[in-house]
Order: sequence, then structure tokens, then C-alpha cells
Amino acid sequence: MELELRGITKRFPGVLANDSVDLTVRQGEILGLLGENGAGKTTLMNILYGLYSATEGEILVDGQPQQFSGPGDAIAAGIGMVHQHFMLVPVFTVTENVVLGVEPTLAGGVLDLKQARGDVERISAQYGLEVPPDAYIEDLPVGTQQRVEIIKVLFRDARFLIFDEPTAVLTPQEVEDFFGIVRKLKDDGKGIVFITHKLGEVLGIADRINVLRRGKIVGEAIPGEVSESQLAEMMVGRPVDLVVAKTAAQPKEPVLTVDDLVVADDFGNPVIHDVSFEVRAGEIVGVAGVQGNGQSELVEALTGLSQVVSGHITILGQDVSKATPREIHDIGVAHVPEDRQRSGLVLPFTITENMVLDSYHEDPYSRGIAMDWDATAKMAATLVEQYDVRTPSIDVPVSNLSGGNQQKVIVAREFGHDVKLVVASQPTRGLDVGSIEYIHERIVQERDEGAAILIVSTELDEILALSDRILVMYRGRIVAEVKPEETTPTDLGLYMAGGTPS
Amino acid sequence: MTAVIAAPAPKLLTPAQRRRAKIIGIVLLVLAAFTLLVFGIGTEGDATFKFVIPGQSPTEIPDLTVPGAGSSILLAGVLAFLGAIQVTRGFGDKANLVLGIGLILFVLAFLIWAAAGSPLGAFNFTSMLRETVLRSFPIAMGALSGVLCERVAVINIGIEGMLLGGAFMAALVGSTQGPWWGIVAGVLTGGALAWVLAVLAVRYRVDQIIAGVVINIFVLGITSFLTVRLFAENPQFNNAQILKPWKVPLLGDIPIIGDIFFRQTIFVYALFVLVAGLTFGLFRTKWGLRSRAVGEHPKAADTLGINVYRMRYLNVVLGGMIAGLGGAWFIIGSVGRFDENMTNGRGFIGLAAMIFGRWHPIGALGAALVFGFADSLKQVLGILQTGIPSEFLLMAPAIVTVIVVAGLVGKSRPPAADGQPYVKE
Repeated sequence: MELELRGITKRFPGVLANDSVDLTVRQGEILGLLGENGAGKTTLMNILYGLYSATEGEILVDGQPQQFSGPGDAIAAGIGMVHQHFMLVPVFTVTENVVLGVEPTLAGGVLDLKQARGDVERISAQYGLEVPPDAYIEDLPVGTQQRVEIIKVLFRDARFLIFDEPTAVLTPQEVEDFFGIVRKLKDDGKGIVFITHKLGEVLGIADRINVLRRGKIVGEAIPGEVSESQLAEMMVGRPVDLVVAKTAAQPKEPVLTVDDLVVADDFGNPVIHDVSFEVRAGEIVGVAGVQGNGQSELVEALTGLSQVVSGHITILGQDVSKATPREIHDIGVAHVPEDRQRSGLVLPFTITENMVLDSYHEDPYSRGIAMDWDATAKMAATLVEQYDVRTPSIDVPVSNLSGGNQQKVIVAREFGHDVKLVVASQPTRGLDVGSIEYIHERIVQERDEGAAILIVSTELDEILALSDRILVMYRGRIVAEVKPEETTPTDLGLYMAGGTPS
Repeated sequence: MTAVIAAPAPKLLTPAQRRRAKIIGIVLLVLAAFTLLVFGIGTEGDATFKFVIPGQSPTEIPDLTVPGAGSSILLAGVLAFLGAIQVTRGFGDKANLVLGIGLILFVLAFLIWAAAGSPLGAFNFTSMLRETVLRSFPIAMGALSGVLCERVAVINIGIEGMLLGGAFMAALVGSTQGPWWGIVAGVLTGGALAWVLAVLAVRYRVDQIIAGVVINIFVLGITSFLTVRLFAENPQFNNAQILKPWKVPLLGDIPIIGDIFFRQTIFVYALFVLVAGLTFGLFRTKWGLRSRAVGEHPKAADTLGINVYRMRYLNVVLGGMIAGLGGAWFIIGSVGRFDENMTNGRGFIGLAAMIFGRWHPIGALGAALVFGFADSLKQVLGILQTGIPSEFLLMAPAIVTVIVVAGLVGKSRPPAADGQPYVKE
């Protein structure tokens, strides 16, 4: 029994997302599909799942060519997919989500919820996937939601399971649990495709690894026979330095001081409780934590984007708890926002226009009410050169750039001034390895030039590689402060889940 | 493996909720003061409630006469008591219910005051509630139509037009082919208009508000034109037979309740059946589960092999048919002839009822009854000659709408994908 992709090619207007990809997964094995963001992994799997149709090539199940016109056909052929962004209805119960689309019914289309609940409990017990059948999805933590997704796939009798970046939302402990489940599924004879860009994970779980680069399979490897750096080279296409080169920090005077900060959400619920810390000139402080534990709100408060309920934020001796974003910017704060497309850039604007967004009101870019586009273009051209933004011209809309180059535009704009404090949230999310390296280098360089740096990231590897000091946030509080050289990912993971290492 | 199924965190009372609780308490106290000062002190005479509808009610029920001032002062006391508790201790999650009771008591005091002060000194309570049910009918149908459409995330602003179009065709066909065919014509017209909305909103992803408004304008224009051109010159085309009320055996003989609910036309019974059927359908059947999934998270539904577009077409057309039935009532269940713009905004009030009813069929019915009551109150006050300007009485349903939607609803959550076209990748 096997699932085979033969010569799959997918063309989007102007982009070749998949280029005659061949791939086989047998039952009872775990195939790791490794590739950078944008390498075409998700496109490939969406073709396999019937969400896209391939431009060329065919899908075979047990040697039989298949025609998928929608996910329904793929499900019928025994293929199940656990999506990167869960496909669960938040206001439905676990049971309702599991049976949706293949509901057991009594006469007249009436739902047989009793039978459905029984089925959920049966699958749940069989694979050790603990879920509360009658709880609503919106009340469950992501780790449990993922188990619901897996049960959903198993309920449809899938023989082949595709996991798309399944560990992105999990804490390290949850990842361990998750790997246990995947191994159990494999022992039960399921064929598994594990899509990821994380080298360590794919080496830890997969039986075979296929590496995808720019839409093409560029290599196959067996864990144990290759090293992480060899895999990385295959994935990126050139030798990669996996560690960030930096010297020991030399912290000087405090630049950012936060005292007993309390921030509430739109409904008045406190989301940050009495947080206090400081960041000194010449050091990088990393804020670790599972997404949604107050990091975004912290960054918004620090950059003046949201109101502070109580407590104080001081930057270079100046109380900025009630300052506007522009006032904070003018002190010398660079902000690399979490969502570059939504809050970092105006996508339809050109590179030049985006570069001047924070200084359009200043000399020499404007005089009175008129913009000086010549001066602006000159500045943009210099920054594009300096920050290695790959673009045909400074007059193209930033929406045409790749994610990495978009991020470089933001970094160029924010670091292009005299920077005293950098607040960077998820600075490398969704970027290719080359861009990640570049952004990391730039951040370290800013540190060495004497800026204070605060990095917020949900990627533990990034936090460990960059930080001189690590703060862990959990449910709106700072629950731990550690040195990267004195901690392990396991310990950090425990803190992130609200526990303490024994 | 470790089971990390965390119990949902206990919900804290946010400052906004606390403020709201206080406001409810203060509203109750203000109502109490108003009842005492305006309805209580200085009111002379008695108010008589009649419970028997002449020539119809099966059993005799004695009239109830209460002193105007005394009962208002008593009601003011109860209101003040409720308000004081709400302000100090709070009724917690029952605050809305208490506010609802408070408003009913206030309206009661108002009615007593109006009756006591009028030359008649009496009004027929049963008849008023019967009228409430009748008048809430088109609003409820509009609301149910809205529930069906918005549960699959299509906003239907065109309900008004569907009511009006249904009414027009019911008049035309009802006059020539008989009332039952008139009803069928109304239903089909509503369905056809809804199909147009579905094509625009689902297939061509036209802004749903604009698509609905276009339907309203189109229907208003063409029916007004045809009323002048066709009906004015051929009155025989606009003279449909009206269905007589039909007494439900046994239930119709219950005092008061029977008069209010079970001596109505077939339309009202159809409404009850629809509310029950839709509630069961939406929450207990395969169709309902899929519909709600399409309205909440269409992409999830799509990845499970559910045809999002087909569900949306189906439910929007069904919703349109319900609105068409509501339209047919104006002719076959009410006056027998079509007039320009005779629906007069009932479709929009229906949408308000849908929101007030939290996108639930039973809630929608309840909300429609509130609006229907406001509508019938207008009529009762007209008969009682209270001296309140008639323009103000005409505004009553609109005012109730605003108060209810802005104040009472609180935080209600529409389907998550409401109003968003679904784009298949």
C-alpha cells in the first residue's frame, strides 16, 4: 500500500511552485518533507489533498491514478491532512468538529451525537489522544486542538496522514507528546508525511527525508546517515552557519526599564500582570513564550500602540507610559512588528514610500506640506543597497517582494536611524534561512554598536541563539529569567508551559 | 503522555460588565421613579382590563379593575426593590432577565395609567396580545429568513424587498387563482429574489449589503410602478380572498391563551411550526451542523468536503421563501389587497429581531413578539385617546428597536464569517 506523487508540477501566474515532484510514502513509515518557507511544501500537500489541482502530473494510491476535484475525493481515497492553521470551528464541540462532513445520522438526517461521541472516545482511547468530547474548541489549548484535528482525520479512516508544520504551535513538551502519537500511528500502519522546516525534528522522527527547494526535490536522506549541517545545506543550496556568531555581551546602562506594567485587552481583561524588567545598552534580551501569553500586548505597550493601565515604561530616563508611537520613535526606538504585512508595511506602496513612513514629516524628506521625493528616493536607494534588499527597483510595490526582502525593508527603515532601543517581534517568522541569517547578523551588529535589544519570539532556537538573557512569559507574567548558556530547551519549555524544572 | 486538558479559565467580571450591571440597576431605579411620579402620584380613576373578546371567547372571564394610582405605586415599589438589589448586590447573569421583567412591569404601569386616564377607563388585554402575535408575524418571518441566511454567513438586507415582492405576487396570483396559489406565489417570489441575492453574493462576491439594497430598491420600484399601472386600472387583479382564522381543536378553547394563540390564521401556526422546525434543524441535524460550520469557518467546512457554495445557495433561497411567506401574509392573511410599500420597514425590523434574538429561531420569535407588542401598543393607545401625540406613537416600534438592540442585547456574537464571501483557492 503506498501513496505516490508522479511528476507533479504546479504553476501559479508567474511562479513555478512545484517542478515535477516525485514522492512516495508507504504505509507504516514516516516521510519527512523538509524545505524552507516558500519552497513549495504546502502547495504540494494542498494538491495531494485536493485543494489545488496540479498543472501536470498524477497522484496514485496503490498504483491507481486518482482524480481529486476537492478534499472530499482525497478523504475518500484515504488521505487526511492536519493543517498548519487548524480547521476547527471554534464554537462547535470536539465531537461536532470530528464528525462534521461525515455525520452519523438517524432517520431524516438527525444527528446521532451519542454514536459520534462513542466514536470519538474509541479513537481517543485507541491512540492515546486525550480530548474532552463535549468541550468547545475555543476553550481548549492548542495542543488539545491538534489532537482533535488528528482524531478528525482518523475518524475518516485515513490511511495516509499529512502533517503540515505540526509543531509550530506547540511547546517542547507538547512536541514530545506529539511525536509519541505520530510513532503510534506509524506502528498502526499509517503512512505519514511530516512537513517541516525544522532540521532537528525531521531527524528525530522521520524514517526517510525528502528535501524540497524551490519547488523541486533536491535530495533524499536517511536520518543517522546525514548531519544537520548537511541537511541544511541541501535545503538552502549552500553551506549554512547554524549558529549566530556573536561575542559575549557587554551590558552598560539601562535603556528600557519597565516597572509593574499592567495592560488590559479591549474588554478590560488584564493580559499583562505586574511585569518588570530592564534592558541595557549592548545586550539582547529575548522574550520566550508560547504565542498568546501577552508578548504581543507587551510589544504594543512598549511602542505606544496600546494604553497602559498602570505601571511605568521608561526609555533613557524618559517616562513613555503615555507617549504616542511617534514620540517613542523619536527617542530612538526601532520597532520590527510581529506581522510585517499587516503592521510593518503598506503593501501597495513602493519601497521608497515604505522607507519614509516613519520620517516623512522630517527634513529633508518634506518641506512644509510638500514631499521631496528626490531626497526620499536617494535615502531609499542608499538603504536598499546597504541592507541588501533584492529588488529590480526602489519603485516596485513591496507586495511584489519576497517575505525576506519585505522584512529587510522594515529593518532598513527602522535601523536606518540612530537607534537606542530595538523592539523586534518575531523578526524572522516565515523567512528563508538566508534572510534569517542576515536579520540575526544585523541585530547583533546593532547590539555591538551599543543599542539595547528586546527580541520577542516563539521560536526557541532563535531565542537561544540570539539572546544574552532570556525572559519567559506565561499568562501575562514573566515567570523566569535565565541565561541561555545555563538552560536547555527542555527547561525553557517547562517554564513556557507554566511549570518549573525539578 | 500527560493529559494537559486545562479547564477553561474562570471568567472574570470585566470593568465593562460591572459598569453594565450598574447601568441596569440605575435604569430600573429610574423606571421606578418615573412610574411613581408620572403614573402613580396624581392619577385618578380605575383601570379595567377586559379578557373576553366579544363574540369569540368561549368562556366568560370577569373584568379586572385596579385603582390607577395604587397599583402604579405598588409597581414602582417592586421596580425600586429590583433596582436596589441590582445596584448593590447584582443579579449576576440573571441581570438581563430582571431588566426584562422590570420593563414588563413598567409597561404594565403605563397601560394602567393610560386606561385610568382615558374616558373609556378600560381596554381589552386579550385582544391586545392577540394583535401582538398577529403583528409580530411578518417581523418574525423576516427574522427567521435572516437567521437562515446569516447562519451560512450571507447578510440578507434584501428581506424587506422579499416581503414586498412576496406580497405583490400573492395579491396578483391570489386574486386570480385563489388564496392558496397566492401563498405559493409569494413563497416562490421570495425564493427567486433570494436566488438573485445568492448569485450576486456567493458567486460574484458582490458586497452583500449593496446586493441586498439593490433588491430592495428594485422591488419597491417595480411593485410601485405596477400598482399604479396594473392594479389601479384593473382592481380585479388586486382583490384576493383572505383566509379566515381557524380554531385549533381543544387548544383554541383554553381561556385567554386560546384566544391569543390558537384562533389565528394558518400563517401563525406555520410560524410556530417553522420556529420549532428550524431550531431542531439547525441544532440537531446534519444540515444544521453543516450550515453553521459554513457560517463560522467556511474553509474548515471546505477541507472536509462540504460544498460551501451549495450550502449557501440552499439556505439563502430557503430564507427567501420564508420571507416570501411573510409577504403573502400581508395579502392573504391580512388585508387582501396590495398597496405601495405596504411592508413599511418590517423586513428591517425583522433583521433587528434576528440580532436581538441572537441568530436563534426561538430568540428571533421572542424578539419579534416584543416588536409586535410595540406595534399593537400603538393601536391600543390610539383607542384609549391618551393625549400622547400620534406621531410619537408611530415612532414607538422604532424606539423599541433602538432601545432593545442598543441596550438589551449586550454582547452577542454573529456567525464568525458573517458577510464574508468565500473564495476557494
